Formats: sequence, structure tokens, C-alpha cells
Amino acid sequence: MGDLDFEVIGRTLPYLWTGLQYTLKLTLTAAVGGVIFGTLLAMARLSSIKPLAMLAAAYVNLMRSIPLLLVIFWFYFLVPVILQTITGAERPVQLGADRSAYITFIMFEAAFFCEIMRAGIQSIPKGQVNAGFALGFTYWQSMKLIILPQAFRNMLPILLTQTIVLFQDVSLVSLLNVTDFVGAAVKIAQRDSRVLEMYLFVAVVYFLLSFSLSTAVKQLQKRIAIIR
Amino acid sequence: MDLRIFLEQVPDDDVTWAQMLLSGLEWTLAVAFFAWIVAFVLGSLVGIMRTTDKRWLVRLGGAYVELFRNIPLLVQFFLWYYVVPDLVPGLKSWVITLDPTWHQFGTAVVCLAFFTSSRIAEQVRSGIQSLPRGQRNAGYALGLTQMQTYRYVLLPMAYRIIIPPLTSELMNLIKNTAVAYSIGLVELFFRTREMGEATFRYFEAFGAATVIYIVIAMTANRVMAFIERRVAVPGYIAGGK
Repeated sequence: MGDLDFEVIGRTLPYLWTGLQYTLKLTLTAAVGGVIFGTLLAMARLSSIKPLAMLAAAYVNLMRSIPLLLVIFWFYFLVPVILQTITGAERPVQLGADRSAYITFIMFEAAFFCEIMRAGIQSIPKGQVNAGFALGFTYWQSMKLIILPQAFRNMLPILLTQTIVLFQDVSLVSLLNVTDFVGAAVKIAQRDSRVLEMYLFVAVVYFLLSFSLSTAVKQLQKRIAIIR
Repeated sequence: MDLRIFLEQVPDDDVTWAQMLLSGLEWTLAVAFFAWIVAFVLGSLVGIMRTTDKRWLVRLGGAYVELFRNIPLLVQFFLWYYVVPDLVPGLKSWVITLDPTWHQFGTAVVCLAFFTSSRIAEQVRSGIQSLPRGQRNAGYALGLTQMQTYRYVLLPMAYRIIIPPLTSELMNLIKNTAVAYSIGLVELFFRTREMGEATFRYFEAFGAATVIYIVIAMTANRVMAFIERRVAVPGYIAGGK
């Protein structure tokens, strides 16, 4: 105590900013990709084709019962091998931890967004589905035009809350030596021996961002609740 | 895929890799067990605070929950491990005398306990608030104090209602113990990585860890379902027949 030097933050701000940019980019990509794949997974889980529904359920349950850290390392080792099989390359395709993290988080979050979207789809009265079919819509048309827009709007606050959780979870990629926001801070902390200053700064920034986002989501929730 | 790797000796040690993973599992379960007890007590206190009629208690409880919910768990681990001993006078000199493993274990328990308690607090609060207002008033009308009303009227029902969300919090806690790897605690995930790096059998090591985590998650789920059935009040909520 007493010899805290917060100038280190000012000196290294550009580097920390690139880290935060990576965190934000990964969060947004994983949220968008996760919602798309999660919605497809939810449709698969609710499908009347039994094997498809079971496969989707197994995937979702697997992802939800093992630690995210384990998933991150699984994908880090598996993605090169999978890409090799897809592209037919001679050796495993090395992506690097920072790029394989995109695939990891999209696939991991898809399982969580799937459960949210499933609840959203199931909250739509069955009569609407039947009405769609009565009008001659195909399954895909009624999903796209009737059910999903409503499910998405009803679940928006929960989807956003999950995105804030995702924003915090992204910090775990720093354990694969990726320079996300936390990773950047860890590297500076070790290089300049400024552990206290750096970790306190990261905690404050994360707190302010998450807190203001979750307050905004609460406001949104109130507004949506009044409309309905 | 060659499962015999698990029976091979760990270099410079007289145990097999299977025993190594199981010793990691013991640390994982120990951390989860102690953190859960502390988190349950703390979370209940904070959750109850947020439903009392004292405004400052409600505010304080709210601030507590927001603090622990808006900082990533990994960063919280770093704060408890690297920052807190420096900021609390006298703590650092005591921590240095400890066996590093016990320091890591203690940090993991404290960190996960506070983190999980903020989530349990939210569940306890929503459980209490889901009860009809009449129950509290009935307690007061019978001449019970606020303490007694909580003890005999509100909490017995509230806890029963929140068993399902508490189950998922328990499962989250067990999964979150893997983050203790970041401060070097030799729990299951740490041992898994160690095995992968020492033997290059990443698939076997990660596969084993995956199976173990699934088994723990399912066991925790079954235990909580058993408790839910045992304490169910007939005629109330889902459990009663």
C-alpha cells in the first residue's frame, strides 16, 4: 500500500483499449451467432422429427453441464482437427486461440440462447401456429413471419441479460494467452509489476460497463412490460 | 484413443494419471462443498435483508448483489488472490506463512462463496417476494415479531419454492470451481490440463474430465430433486400429492 501508481493505466491505455475492443467484438459476434444457431437449435429441439430433437437436446445438455473453461480448451484442440476434416487439408488447420475463441463462444452460447428461444417459441399460443398453417404458410414461413419475431421480442430482455453474462465470460479466453481486456491487463501487470493497479482498474471498468448495461436492460424490461 | 494411459505412472510420482485426476476431483468437491455452505448462509442473509422494511438494509443488500454480479468471476479470483492480501493490513504477512495450496484453496472458497452468495440472495429474495403479502401480515397479526415471521412463516415456504433455481446455482458453482485453475489450485481442470500437456493425450484427458463433470452435475441434480421431494408440503406447489 501507499505506493500505488495509477499512471501505469494512462501509459498503457491504448493497449488496454485494443484488448477491450477484442472483448467487445467477441461478445457481439458470439451474441449474434449464438442467437442464430440457438434459434435453429431451439427449432430442432421442438421438432417433431425425434432423432433431430434428441440430438439437439443432447448437445444443449452437454454444453450446459461442463465448465466453460473446459469447453474453451476442447474447442481450442478440436477446431483445427475439425477444419482439417472439412477442408481436407493434410495437417490440422491452426487458427490460433484468438480466432478459435469466436467459434467456441458461438457454439457454447448457442446452447444457452437455445433454451431462451425455446421458452420464447413455446410462449406463443398454439392457435397462431395453426392460423399460419390455415393461411397456407409453410413451416418456415410461419416461423419467420409469425412466431420468431414475437418470440424474439418477448425474450429480448433475457437475451440481453445472457449477453452481459457472455461479456463477462469472455474474460476466460485470457487463460489461453489471448489479449482480450483481461489478457491485456494481465500482461501489463506482469511486465510492469503493477498487479494491484491493473486488476483494480479491470474490475472497475467491467463493473461500470456491466452495471450500466444491466440497468438499461431493466429499463427496457419495464417498457416492454407496459406495452403488453 | 487409448484408455491405458490412465493406468500409466505420472512422471516423478508414484501415482497413476487416473489417481491424479481423482485427487483433482477431491479438491473440486471440497471447494464446492465449503463455498456452498458459506454462500447459502450469506446469500440467505442478504436475500432476507432485501425484503425487510428497512430501506437502508434493502439498499445495502442491493449494492452487495450488484457488486458481485457485475465483475467477471476470473477478475474476482485475481482480486481475492493478488489484491486483497495487499489492501488488508496484516493479511499479507499471514498469507505468506501459509502453504501455497491452502492459500489457493482458501481463496477459491472465499471467492466462489461471495460470487455464489449474490446469486442465492437473488433467488431467496424472489422466493420471499413470490409469497402472497397476506402471509407476512398473518404472521404479524398473530403477534409474531419480524424475526419469528421470517423463521416460521415466510422462509419455510420460500426455500421450498426456490429449490429448482438453487439446484442450477449449485451446478453452476461446481462448474465455476474450474476457474480456480487460474490461481493454480490443483483441482480437476488443473490436473486435466497437466495430464494433457505431460502426455499429449488431450482427447483422453479432456474426455475423462467431461465425463466426470457430467456425473457430478447429474448427481447434484438428483440429490436436490431428492431433497425437493422430501421437504414437499402436500397440497402445495409441484411436490405435493
